[in-house]
Amino acid sequence: MSVANVPARKKKSEFAKYPTGDKTILIIAYIILGIFLAAIIIPVLYIILASFIDPITLQNKGVTFDFSKWTTTAYTRVLGNAQIWVGFKNALIYSVLFTIISVIVTLLAAYPMSRSDFRFKGFFNTIYVITMFFGGGLIPTYLLISDLGMLNTIWAILLPGAFSVWNMIIARTYYQGVPRDLEEAASIDGASEMVYFFKILLPVCTPIIATICMWQFVGMWNSYFDAMIYLNDVSKQPLQLVLRGILIQSQPEPGMVSDMQSTAARAQLAELLKYATIIISSLPLLIMYPFFQRYFDSGIMAGAVKG
Amino acid sequence: MNKPLPAKAKVPLKQRRHNTLVYLRQHWQLYLIFMLPAFVLTIIFRYIPMGGVAIAFMDYNPFRGLWHSEWVGLAHFKRFLSSPDFMTYLMNTLKLSVFGLLWGFPAPILLAFLLNRILSSKIKQKVQLVLYMPNFISSIIYTAALSNASKDLKEAAVIDGANLIQQIKTVEWPAIKDTVLIQFIMAVGNIMSVGFEKAYALQTDLNMGASEIISTYVYKKGLLDGDYGFSTAVGLFNTVINIVLLISMNTIVKKMNEGKGI
Repeated sequence: MSVANVPARKKKSEFAKYPTGDKTILIIAYIILGIFLAAIIIPVLYIILASFIDPITLQNKGVTFDFSKWTTTAYTRVLGNAQIWVGFKNALIYSVLFTIISVIVTLLAAYPMSRSDFRFKGFFNTIYVITMFFGGGLIPTYLLISDLGMLNTIWAILLPGAFSVWNMIIARTYYQGVPRDLEEAASIDGASEMVYFFKILLPVCTPIIATICMWQFVGMWNSYFDAMIYLNDVSKQPLQLVLRGILIQSQPEPGMVSDMQSTAARAQLAELLKYATIIISSLPLLIMYPFFQRYFDSGIMAGAVKG
Repeated sequence: MNKPLPAKAKVPLKQRRHNTLVYLRQHWQLYLIFMLPAFVLTIIFRYIPMGGVAIAFMDYNPFRGLWHSEWVGLAHFKRFLSSPDFMTYLMNTLKLSVFGLLWGFPAPILLAFLLNRILSSKIKQKVQLVLYMPNFISSIIYTAALSNASKDLKEAAVIDGANLIQQIKTVEWPAIKDTVLIQFIMAVGNIMSVGFEKAYALQTDLNMGASEIISTYVYKKGLLDGDYGFSTAVGLFNTVINIVLLISMNTIVKKMNEGKGI
């Protein structure tokens, strides 16, 4: 089943095969790609460096390699904040649980929708697709969560967005690419739908499962809106909300002109903390990506197996 | 499994009902195990709030509830459309989303084409790792579509002596065209729901004139000021524009694309 990796190509001969006109185009393509890469790498590098540099120096001279101006104050300030650790723990719990619930619900629903013989498929499809474009909006949803007694509970974060129609469509398309022979073989053997789904279908769908897991995890990790409106309790807030709080606290407030010195001090502090908070909040994701990339290569890139 | 069902018109109603019952009895797991969780979540968290949209036409009072609040018709809409800030918020929303679309939509497609042309698979892997890091994830979809279709066809095209541009035109673009169009229709249909989170996170008193978009306004009016009815009306206005854009875009694409749309 596993699609064998394409045998390593011989780079030079491959490039040499192209006619001259194409070579020029290829070189231009590589240059554009290089610009894309630079546009991503340079800001990341800048943020990493800037997070270690004293803000006044940074403002006057930019990034410097004069290490006497380097400092870890930003990190000690941010990490010394007890709330950060609580936020970190909360974000991890929310992201892991949300990913598990969401992926299970979505993968399950995608299976009947992938079968051509599923009765009432059109009905379910209509019901789901409508929600992609029309919804009650903020206030009605908030009132519902409140009526359900879910305000200030973890359920307000986990349940409302758990079923993703978009991911369901992606999973469904992937299932449809799995050869039908597998299903027919299973049904001849008298396997039930559950057995076919868990024992035969899911194992060949790891790439798409990994992709959806990553989307959901990253999405929850980076989000703060639901937490902001549904969770009042500081001890329940996820990392992004805590970090936002730290930044806002140290933001200069309007109407503080009279107190120039303190305004300047606050602005400096905000500047100092800014880069360190970005690094700290995205560190877990940076660690995760290479792990997930394995699956992209093994599956999605090789393509869903054609039946 | 693959046996075609008999054409509906020719089967008597009774027989059809019987067939459905037999199917349901045989395949109950599909409904009660696979479909139920998603269906219940959708009804509760998506459809019940849709009923709550009625608040947009009410002078909603949380203490009196949905059933005892007064109806005010289109008053909230009139108030919003005639307020001097309306145009500012609408333009801010459109600017953010249209510029976002102009840059964010073609970039992943271009990237997928470029990635597909990297000859060494090891380098390709590393480049992908960096590119997907921030938010180019959607080019995964295109890359998948591209590498799916192109292998055999591309070889054939190369044998026929097609150059790079011809290969892209005849093999690669057709492979992802439908995906691109669907993504485009969806993106246009969501043009008014441009990210609350980014706009709100970067909002300060100084840039408020440009960063106040409809969704941040809905949040402030509704949850901070408690003006529930008005806030819901503004949100509904937003949704309606989205739907109009979606439907018109779908119609245009269908006309241009031999009847294929969403």
